[in-house]
Amino acid sequence: MHAMTREARGQSMMRAFPVSRTGAWSTTLFGHRDLLLALVQRELRVRYKQSIMGGLWAILMPALIVGAGIVVRVAMARLSGGEFGAEGIAIVAAKSAPWAFFVSAIRFATMSLISNANLVTKIYTPREVFPFAAVLSQLVDFAVAAVVVAALLPFLGVEPRLEMLWLPLLIVNLVILAAGAGLLLSAASLFFRDVKYLVDVFVTFAIFFTPVFYEVHLFGDWAPLLLLNPVAPILEGIGAAVGGGPALSPGWFVYSAGFALVGFGLSFAAFKRMEPYFAESV
Amino acid sequence: MEAVLRFDHVSKRFRKGEMYDSLRDLIPALTGRLFRRNRSAELGKRDFWALRDVSFEVPRGEAFAIVGSNGAGKSTILKLLSGIMRPTLGTVQVKGRLTALIEVGAGFHPDLTGRENVFLNGAILGMSREEIRRKFDEIVEFSGVGEFIDTPVKRYSSGMYARLAFSVAAHVDPDVLLVDEVLSVGDYMFQQKCAQKMASVIRSGATVIFVSHNLRAVAELCNRALLLERGRVVQIGPTEEVIKAYLDRSHGDRRDASDREAYISRVRVQSEAGEVVQVEPGQRVRVDVEVRSSKPVHGLAVVLMVTDNENYEIFNTSTERLGCGTFSVSPDDPFRCSFELDLHLPQGTFHFGTAVYRYDIQREYDRWMPCATVFVRSPVDVRGAANLYPRVVEHANASLAGIGSPE
Repeated sequence: MHAMTREARGQSMMRAFPVSRTGAWSTTLFGHRDLLLALVQRELRVRYKQSIMGGLWAILMPALIVGAGIVVRVAMARLSGGEFGAEGIAIVAAKSAPWAFFVSAIRFATMSLISNANLVTKIYTPREVFPFAAVLSQLVDFAVAAVVVAALLPFLGVEPRLEMLWLPLLIVNLVILAAGAGLLLSAASLFFRDVKYLVDVFVTFAIFFTPVFYEVHLFGDWAPLLLLNPVAPILEGIGAAVGGGPALSPGWFVYSAGFALVGFGLSFAAFKRMEPYFAESV
Repeated sequence: MEAVLRFDHVSKRFRKGEMYDSLRDLIPALTGRLFRRNRSAELGKRDFWALRDVSFEVPRGEAFAIVGSNGAGKSTILKLLSGIMRPTLGTVQVKGRLTALIEVGAGFHPDLTGRENVFLNGAILGMSREEIRRKFDEIVEFSGVGEFIDTPVKRYSSGMYARLAFSVAAHVDPDVLLVDEVLSVGDYMFQQKCAQKMASVIRSGATVIFVSHNLRAVAELCNRALLLERGRVVQIGPTEEVIKAYLDRSHGDRRDASDREAYISRVRVQSEAGEVVQVEPGQRVRVDVEVRSSKPVHGLAVVLMVTDNENYEIFNTSTERLGCGTFSVSPDDPFRCSFELDLHLPQGTFHFGTAVYRYDIQREYDRWMPCATVFVRSPVDVRGAANLYPRVVEHANASLAGIGSPE
């Protein structure tokens, strides 16, 4: 039995709330891993049960994005007289799957507290498990898609290369970014009901501002502007690792990783600060 | 005794009406705040105290009840205890693992099977996977859902759903258990099972906080109680006294009846030991009734009724029918009478009602219903409207005795 002392104080002692800020997210992940797993399992089971698509769900969205990417790239190749071959498809596919993950993770995480309103108002659990579970369940889908993409790569003429060892690190970076954004947006969507619509619109069009279908060097001097988007260096990195294109300067990866970590930290702190008001705001 | 749970001058403020809940509303609101337009007055108008300066302590192993009418702040106390909300002022302390049986099944997902939901809900209530696995059979057994455990719960009847949900929650082994009206789940048999389970949780040394409108259950299960009225503590003390105070307040809270010609001003149910709420089957009680009037009225009788908890009348008599004749009452001369009753009742909740009636012109001057409540506690499980003091004098298998009594 986990004995613990919980103490909640009002106004004057607001800061003495039990959960220590530093490292609190890790205690949540490990201390409540059974709950987290149960919630992830629920998400997956519910998604795959009684659905026509079944397990294909995991690759539907990445496949659509790849399809769109191919159309865009072929059009661009026609116009510019360049070439778009098997390797191009491989790179688009390799970037589409993580992008699909990022978009759905943010969408689901944003809705995670609202859709669990009955739990938020009735039972106390550390609330961050909900956005985390949303991100993790999308990560499972991503794993399926990643296996499919990896299996296709050899047929598209991509040989394994050493640079691919960077991929897991880039994915971790992406997951932290998504989790940070998810925390902040899930909390915000409880207080402001238009947040979810904003998120929907935003992630739909974000693909144009993110190098999923294109590479930033196409924009020449404007490239750094696009790279300010913290997802851009990650996708550029993935593209370079898979296709062997020109690598970005390491500074951009440090920037993206730093953005992810600081963003996550700040989001978590904000989330914990707003947490006591969740039940009243749902 | 060490306090497991402590409320120290806790107040909780809520805001009526809508808060800014879209970003679009926020911007004008923020600019308004920037220029401090009329801010304090606006806040004051919309705020109200759901709890005001509530303090109490509950030692380890105690069963503690919170009673009060709707809107008194009972649920707010539970939400503060479970950590769902934070107090506006004051401190709330809880030691140990706390489980809330508040709207059990909140974590159930209709598309998942009973089995999957047991694991999900168990995890939500703070059990580890291993713990749920260990208790799984016991949980299913207790719920009586049995063969349907692998069916999605959306195909369950509402009773099965609630039973399974309760079973999960009942197997958490908490240090502190919050119970909110869950004993009303399922049929009578299941309710009995739940009450037994609660009693065993209490015996095992856990602390139980019980919120219920079922005062009989409160009286049976809890040692101490807190009476809450509009967010304030009215009384804390032994359950029986608190319930009495609660009933007095809700019953005693009479509309101003002085515009009536004749009205019942007071009713008390007493045993030799004084005013009672809890009685044994067959116990003798006295019901004192006082009638007042705003002008002289003649030819009156006092009617006394008893109803069960479903307001079904099981007994009715009057002073006139008992052979006392009629009486008169005038403003400076109230009328008092006392009925003596032997309450040969089974276990349950029973309400007294009184009326002032004039038979010859068939006129009812006043009716007070219910004006008092008693809980009958019976050592044997008998239910219904009357106690016939049953006993089994012979039992054997049908093949031997020719009667079909079990075992």
